[in-house]
Amino acid sequence: MYLRIADIRFDMEVKDMSYTYEEYDVVVIGAGHAGCEAALASARLGLKTLIFTVSIDSIAMMPCNPNIGGSSKGHLVREVDALGGEMGKNIDKTFIQTKMLNMSKGPAVHSLRAQADKKDYSRAMRNVLENTDNLVIKQGEVSEVLVEDGKVTGVRTVSDAIYPCHAAIMCTGTYLNARCIYGDVSQYTGPNGLAAANNLTNCLIKLGIDVRRFKTGTPARIDKRTIDFSKMSEQKGDNKIVPFSFTNTSEELKRQQVSCWLTYTNDKTHKIIMENIDRSPLYSGNIKGTGPRYCPSIEDKVVRFADKERHQVFIEPEGNYTNEMYVGGMSSSLPEDVQYKMYHSVPGLENATIVRNAYAIEYDCINPVQLKATLEFKNISGFYSAGQSNGSSGYEEAAAQGIIAGINAAMKILGKEPVILDRSQAYIGVLIDDLITKGTNEPYRMMTSRAEYRLLLRQDNADLRLTGIGYKIGLIDNERYNKLIEKEKLIESEIERIKSVNIGAREDVQRLLEENGSTLLQSGVTMAELIKRPELSYEKLKLIDTDRPELPEDVTEQVNIAVKYEGYIERQLRQVEQFKKLEDKKIPDNINYDEVYSLRIEALQKLKEFRPASVGQASRISGVSPADISVLLVYLEKN
Amino acid sequence: MQDNNTIAGIASGMGGGIGIIRVSGNKALEITGKIFRTKKYVDKKNGKVSENLLWNSDYFIKKKSHTISYGYIVDEYSIIDEVIVLLMKSPNSYTKEDVIEIDSHGGSFVVQKILELLLENGAKLATPGEFTKRAFLNGRIDLSQAEAVMKIISSENEFALNSAVKQLEGSVSGYIEEIRQEILHNLGLIEAALDDPEHYDLDLYRNDILRDVEDEINKLTGLIGRFDDGRMKSEGINTVIVGKPNAGKSSLMNLLLDEERAIVTDIAGTTRDIIEEKVYMGSIILNLVDTAGIRETNDLVENIGVGKAINYLEYSDFVIYVADSSVPMDESDNQIIGLLKNKTGVVLLNKSDLDVKLTEEEIKERLGWECIEFSNKTKSGLEQLSKYIKNSFLHGEISFNDQVYLTNIRHKEAVKYSLESLMKAKDTINAGLPEDFVTIDMMDAYKELGLINGETASEDLVNKIFNDFCMGK
Repeated sequence: MYLRIADIRFDMEVKDMSYTYEEYDVVVIGAGHAGCEAALASARLGLKTLIFTVSIDSIAMMPCNPNIGGSSKGHLVREVDALGGEMGKNIDKTFIQTKMLNMSKGPAVHSLRAQADKKDYSRAMRNVLENTDNLVIKQGEVSEVLVEDGKVTGVRTVSDAIYPCHAAIMCTGTYLNARCIYGDVSQYTGPNGLAAANNLTNCLIKLGIDVRRFKTGTPARIDKRTIDFSKMSEQKGDNKIVPFSFTNTSEELKRQQVSCWLTYTNDKTHKIIMENIDRSPLYSGNIKGTGPRYCPSIEDKVVRFADKERHQVFIEPEGNYTNEMYVGGMSSSLPEDVQYKMYHSVPGLENATIVRNAYAIEYDCINPVQLKATLEFKNISGFYSAGQSNGSSGYEEAAAQGIIAGINAAMKILGKEPVILDRSQAYIGVLIDDLITKGTNEPYRMMTSRAEYRLLLRQDNADLRLTGIGYKIGLIDNERYNKLIEKEKLIESEIERIKSVNIGAREDVQRLLEENGSTLLQSGVTMAELIKRPELSYEKLKLIDTDRPELPEDVTEQVNIAVKYEGYIERQLRQVEQFKKLEDKKIPDNINYDEVYSLRIEALQKLKEFRPASVGQASRISGVSPADISVLLVYLEKN
Repeated sequence: MQDNNTIAGIASGMGGGIGIIRVSGNKALEITGKIFRTKKYVDKKNGKVSENLLWNSDYFIKKKSHTISYGYIVDEYSIIDEVIVLLMKSPNSYTKEDVIEIDSHGGSFVVQKILELLLENGAKLATPGEFTKRAFLNGRIDLSQAEAVMKIISSENEFALNSAVKQLEGSVSGYIEEIRQEILHNLGLIEAALDDPEHYDLDLYRNDILRDVEDEINKLTGLIGRFDDGRMKSEGINTVIVGKPNAGKSSLMNLLLDEERAIVTDIAGTTRDIIEEKVYMGSIILNLVDTAGIRETNDLVENIGVGKAINYLEYSDFVIYVADSSVPMDESDNQIIGLLKNKTGVVLLNKSDLDVKLTEEEIKERLGWECIEFSNKTKSGLEQLSKYIKNSFLHGEISFNDQVYLTNIRHKEAVKYSLESLMKAKDTINAGLPEDFVTIDMMDAYKELGLINGETASEDLVNKIFNDFCMGK
């Protein structure tokens, strides 16, 4: 297939029918969740930006699940917002249900998730793009990134138009050489039947970029009118709405919420699947791409977890505009007739009409170890890549990379320091470091367990962690920044206060302690010490804290967490200190690893291949041992 | 990489006549000061640290650089070894940090014991090549020597890895891996549930997780308890030969060694006090300690070397009491027997070729040990002795076959650390904190155990979650 396309490309080059159009600073290829954030960041930083999409109607489209956020992904959205990105604001505008997950667990794993009205989400984002200064939207397919002397000079479209530019950001999602498959049906289209981008891969290969093939999938959509909800349990949203964006308040976002529904697969479902497993393209070998383990198709689940009697199925609305419902948990690439039988075996779906079939999609993406932490290719100056084309998965992961690529393309052109978030600063840092340092053999998904300092990287403090950076580079305005400074001050002074407030064994104190099942006081303690007790909190002690000032909820939340988990937080801070020591030891770009004596051969090869930016990053490359790091440190010290 | 930790390590090869333990770092003087006493502070008579005199642990801090101190390494009130300590203050030392070198004449067991004491008092075990690396990073070594430094780090690391792997072949690594996998499974469960809370309800598993953590704590506690047994197998059973003068201790030693190695001295105090030798008895190794060279005077008490013997007895695994059956039982024998209560050992009724003046019954009244009629001269009883030692260790109360042993300080440290982490995890569960706090310490325990087997944790957890728990939309 590559060969055929290469031939066509060659013919076109010979004829050279190209025209040169207007010059841009930054060209973004693709207007999905990564592309939108990249283009907005770049344009908002004052750079003349052009964004290409294969279809204007698919800007910020959600081709799979109709929700934003969830465990760790919610953290990413918060971080994108804290830096000055759009995803949080956009979902706040368009959600139809919202929920904070893991509320009974520690604050580090509280995760916000919202069901989106897909069309509203897409339209709202398009509206923002269309009304952003310095940003031009263009429907078209980019076929080539033009590179001279290792530097991006422009892009060429399939219509042979050349747009000179200083930086290009590839955000092609699942569109590169995309193929959608179910049963024997195989169509060379992108998601939802949209046109695939069949030309760019060749250019990437010519540029010496390592390209691979991944696979993912989506379940069927069914007609709401044909579902028997009485056989399912209702999943309502939270009464208390927590906004994704730090710029919004709970009150502003109040609205009517819609429900999701929970049902389960059963023996019958599993039997249907097993009887037809040979007809699955995954098992027949028709699909060669690597699929994600965390989001397996239903046939995968049934085969791999054969002892499980049932699997959850979440029925989620695609939006208020439609009767289509998403069948969460049952993505599949089985043939259409099997899909019908399979879905009909699930309680409540006996008579369901399938509006769209489930399908698997294969696409080209790059090996992300070729990228720097700025998301620029190590070998091609000015060429960036973000999102699913980097081997990640998920709207949120895409947006997180998009804003970083957009910012860094802009910073480079402006001649400013790049923005690199490390593993101790943000989930975004963990995500990018994992991708570029460890690489990935399947579509990469964020998880809180990937963040070793997750107690510090909470969704509730993303603004405190990152809004200062957003302000410094110019994505956050003065008003928002001043509010943040004010918030920081309030938090600090209130923590100081409760650490100094002494509480005696007063009658009202003892009563409150007793009510909360807490040990009574023998002698005086500070308010902070009481907050630390697992059964108590800042909020619960309000009545006995007579001098407590009136403070906003986002401030008291921070005070409670900082005091309550002080010991754990300090422990992580000490670990971060150790981490930073190696992270701050930079490795010069021009290091000659052959000169570093006594490196083991495996380490030598890996270091040459990855060219890590710091000793810290080097220490995370598989195959590089602590002894190799010692040797490297000694070498760096010598020079 | 450069940090302020004080490190300690064995600077000499193990098994030489003298063991050198090196300590380097800003707390080197303070830490060593805690476990050192000068002569004045020990009561040689009963072999204990004097309880009346208060020791100042800032001894080395006050002392001038480049001086030598003679004294004792002590573990609270017990004397571990008589040592010479070299003091080199920063920057005039090998690493340019405060450095202490402890010259011990003890065998590998004593040297390891001293090292363990230093670790208990706050030093960190030096990683391979770390002294050299510090020397380089602190500018002590010329830049042109950098290559050599890197080579040393590499090769020492290689060596440490190889020997660690060798020691761990089989049961130890298997057992540790089993515990590790148990921890990982629960980590996977917790993380899967945190990641997909609508799918897994952790409240159902809280008791299971607590039970597993407690089980792992028990296993690791047992492992540490058996550390010394492990040492017996790999490095030898510390076997002390005691007896009054002329009972035939040195001759026995020579007989067991089958060569004239033990130094029998005529002039008290002219040679090193102890002699330690390895004897291979089938599959087990004895570290034979002969107290024969201990200063012998006419003083009855000192004559039997009580003071010194106490120390060695305290850290011995097995005792061979050589009784002279050609003379009647006397005060010396009584004193020795007094020291042997609660110990494991065997009595040799030596000089059985001569007229018997001391009978098995007389000994057995006072000490419930096996008695073997023995003669250094005719070698009678030698086979019986060898058989007895083998039986008591191989088929006796201590069975080497189905227990798991730790054989290396580094491993013991790692097990201790992971044990502490699991205890913290248990406290966290009992305090009612959510599971995401429990995982912090469980992960530490998991990683630390991984160091023993040379495993790193990087992608294990994520793989575990995906492989064992059904996730996803």
